[in-house]
Amino acid sequence: MICQECNERPATLHFTNFSNGEKTELHLCERCAQEQGEMFLMNQGAGFSINHFLQGLLNMDSPFQAKTKDPFQQQEEVLQCENCSMTFPQFLKVGRFGCSHCYDTFREYLIPVTRRLHSGNTTHHGKIPKRVGGTIQLQRNIATLKHTLSDLIAKEEFEKAVDVRDEIRALEKQLAEERRGGE
Amino acid sequence: MSLERFINQAVSSWMSEDGPDSDIVLSSRIRLARNLSDIKFPTIATKDSAEAVIQAIRERVIAGPSTQFGPLELLKVDEIQPLQKRVLVEKHLISPHLAENSLNGAFLLSENEEISIMINEEDHIRIQCLFPGLQLSEALKVANDVDDWLEEKMNYAYDEQYGYLTSCPTNVGTGLRASVMMHLPGLVLTRQMNRILPAINQLGLVVRGIYGEGSEALGNIFQVSNQTTLGKSEEDIVDDLKGVVAQIISQERSAREALAKTSNIQLEDRVFRSFGVLQNSRIIESKEAASCLSDVRLGIDMGYIKNISRNILNELMILTQPGFLQQYAGGPLRPDDRDIRRAALIRERIQMESNE
Repeated sequence: MICQECNERPATLHFTNFSNGEKTELHLCERCAQEQGEMFLMNQGAGFSINHFLQGLLNMDSPFQAKTKDPFQQQEEVLQCENCSMTFPQFLKVGRFGCSHCYDTFREYLIPVTRRLHSGNTTHHGKIPKRVGGTIQLQRNIATLKHTLSDLIAKEEFEKAVDVRDEIRALEKQLAEERRGGE
Repeated sequence: MSLERFINQAVSSWMSEDGPDSDIVLSSRIRLARNLSDIKFPTIATKDSAEAVIQAIRERVIAGPSTQFGPLELLKVDEIQPLQKRVLVEKHLISPHLAENSLNGAFLLSENEEISIMINEEDHIRIQCLFPGLQLSEALKVANDVDDWLEEKMNYAYDEQYGYLTSCPTNVGTGLRASVMMHLPGLVLTRQMNRILPAINQLGLVVRGIYGEGSEALGNIFQVSNQTTLGKSEEDIVDDLKGVVAQIISQERSAREALAKTSNIQLEDRVFRSFGVLQNSRIIESKEAASCLSDVRLGIDMGYIKNISRNILNELMILTQPGFLQQYAGGPLRPDDRDIRRAALIRERIQMESNE
């Protein structure tokens, strides 16, 4: 297939666009694609990938981006993962996280991203791993009980509060043990 | 090597066995993406961090006695021959990315090749289960078992809000990609694909041709898979996909019925012409081979051609790819030679059927 732009070089990039049920196709060689500003080219011509779309999504309304554009706030601290030292701008560029800790570091900016990528969803509702998940369930229970405890104290129901406190202690002990066991 | 022996060695169970609805659904695949906590993801891995992943698996998982999934051998990508790598990619057992671009890439394969576990692909661990026919729930069950078995010994990166943490935010949550490979000649011949594709895309599913370049599907084979991984449970994702696949199956069946009613003789002509090409050609390009194989398979499904097994399409789509042809030839082949070799392999394979 020959490039539709220059009619010279072979077309190596094929774009298909669906809008209103209409399918339009565009076949371009790499050079014309580049000239067209269709920066779909990946590292070393590995074809175009979801990355570039992703980058668009990520950059759309990132408050972080707006900040760095202000020259007077250049000194604004750059979000950086402590574990793998990936910075937020780097993440925006490659569209991939560096390690699991990045999710914690960039957490506040991720909600709009996941919402767009996963049809409005921002929270996992699937499988919970048995071992790690065990402590998550425990942590949830402890958090609920702590709420109950402060309610009881507020209402001056101290006898019940003592029971709840003991329950929390027991769970916290269990949590500590399970965590040690998991190492 | 005789062709029969070559095929026996080359064919995985998903290509040779029949599954539910296997007249239309060739295979079902489940993929789970998992990562270990604290270790850098493969995207920015160093040789050491990638080696740490392999070590973790080697020490904690493989060192045990033979597994509940049968023997699982750990193979490093760097240690196998380029041609062998290509063959594994053509069989969909490992990804092109793992074969070509991974740092310290490795994989585990079960004996029947239903289970493959890729290590240091885009994520630390990618569990893949490939079943014949429409068996998404069955494949999910096995994938979950493998997942539980690995999780017993390793600390997965998991977050209360985001679920399983993955290198790419498009996989976060369940890390699940469920897909089916479908043969849809009826919908293509009746020009209904262009109407159906946008509708499927609107449901959060993706359809693409799996063979061939650009947007056209070679051999009328399409892959339908889920796009979103966060917010729905694994079972719901699979059920939603199954629902849509069931719809496509019934559309494809009615398209075939309509074809048989309205253009029976034209269809029969098309099927037997393609059969003739496969039986007689001496040079055949992959594109022509794929299109003829699709016609012949349709002919078998609709009863025009008898005494030829259905899985000839699944088998030959895989075996006529460049890597396999070269393996069968015992060495590298130039593109022209491949087309000659491809034609010979197809002729012989059809001959094998008629002898039985």
